[in-house]
Amino acid sequence: MILNLLVGLGVALFGFVLQTGLAGFNRKIIGRLQKRHGPKWYQEYLDIFKLLSKKSISHGWIFDFGVIMALGGIIGTAMFMPLTSTFLAFENYDNFFIFVYLLAVGMLGMAMSASGSGNPWASIGVMRALTTMLAYEVPFMIVVLTIIKISGTSSVAGIQLFQQAAGNNWFIIALPLGGIVAVLALMGMLGKKPFETYIAPAEIASGPMVEYGGKQLGMLFILHEISVFIEVSLFVHLFLGGATNIFIFIVKYAAVYTFVNLISNVNGRFKIDQVVKFFYKWPLLMAVTQAVVAIYFGWVI
Amino acid sequence: MKSTKFTPVTKLSKEEVDRKWWEIGDFFRRNSLWMLMYCTGCCAIELPPAMTSAYDMERLGMGPMATPRQADILLVSGYLSLKTLRRLIYTYEQMSEPRFVVALGSCPINGGIYHDSHAVINQLDQYIPVDVYVAGCMPNTESVMNGFVDLMIKIKNKTAVGWKNYHKNFEWYKENQLNSLGEVVVHDEFHQ
Repeated sequence: MILNLLVGLGVALFGFVLQTGLAGFNRKIIGRLQKRHGPKWYQEYLDIFKLLSKKSISHGWIFDFGVIMALGGIIGTAMFMPLTSTFLAFENYDNFFIFVYLLAVGMLGMAMSASGSGNPWASIGVMRALTTMLAYEVPFMIVVLTIIKISGTSSVAGIQLFQQAAGNNWFIIALPLGGIVAVLALMGMLGKKPFETYIAPAEIASGPMVEYGGKQLGMLFILHEISVFIEVSLFVHLFLGGATNIFIFIVKYAAVYTFVNLISNVNGRFKIDQVVKFFYKWPLLMAVTQAVVAIYFGWVI
Repeated sequence: MKSTKFTPVTKLSKEEVDRKWWEIGDFFRRNSLWMLMYCTGCCAIELPPAMTSAYDMERLGMGPMATPRQADILLVSGYLSLKTLRRLIYTYEQMSEPRFVVALGSCPINGGIYHDSHAVINQLDQYIPVDVYVAGCMPNTESVMNGFVDLMIKIKNKTAVGWKNYHKNFEWYKENQLNSLGEVVVHDEFHQ
């Protein structure tokens, strides 16, 4: 049990290190895209440790406690994440719905803490984040439920093994419409443009993060990196056939994150009603079509 | 040969340990400076080339931030009228420490071309501590970038201590601020 816990913490730490380094690399790639040099590749680490080294103020008990609760919830979620189809900290506890439920702890902690700051921008940001969540969750869940129906298991490692057993028949290829929906939903989850509505630095002054400075903001940055790790890993495992060893996982992970970032940086930002309308229009239609085609007609490529 | 077995362990005093940690923190702080831009005057036009592909501020780890809580540098570019000065002081006091102030152009130094205006303060240094001045009306982008590099060197040499001086001479700064801003007669969001 102790060993499992240590392995789980190791997975969370691995996710943090991997995602933070990759985010720095991506800032460099974006810099090159805009004909700039871009920052150092370890700039994200510098930012996080700088924030942790600053003095910070408090807006009360809820404000401080919410940040810690959110960080704990996200680390707890990352502990259950399988890195490859066989390597996971807690055997048989890698059900997809565990991630859905535990991710909510982090999100609610952050919402609670941001509301505790008493700043109206923070409340608007939280409201927008939850609205965006409602928008992308519906099409994404339809696609994931289709996958669970086809593969007959809701275990993330089990879904990876199902794809690998069929000769690397990835679900992004087997369910092409569902794959497109999943990419769009992933962009919504990661808060990439055009679905960046709840951060919107120029519009609502970075939304939920508006009152954070110093150590609390540093913790929120760590939280953000680990939650990106969870979301991108889920995409890799569910749609890209998972990974048989850790190197394949890192390659697939880096490819997905960079791809999403490249799309993000040539887009503008939607308004919040446009986000909801968009997700309830084409992605939802494609997801339902995909589910009907795959489950009732059995047409899976 | 002297035995190393019984060499007494040199114990660092608490000040030494604190100093070492502070130096490590300084390394991170000078390589990741986030700015809050308080753009009141024409010098703000020099910032877009500094941030985009011409001079690329991000390679020094700098970038704009949305709110005072998140920022390390308060960048004052241009003249300050008495109304904006009040907001500037609020903003400065909201920033989390260590915080630095960079003043751009000649207006915060001696009033610049607005030196004889009744509504404009002449020396920013009287109201909040300024760490780096970039002189010129307006300074070109190279000197703006040079000012930021100067600030990094000052942080490395531990001479960027404006925020400490603000605590030390708080009475003096408050007195100056109150003398210039005067008493608040109407209490609403536009007057105080």
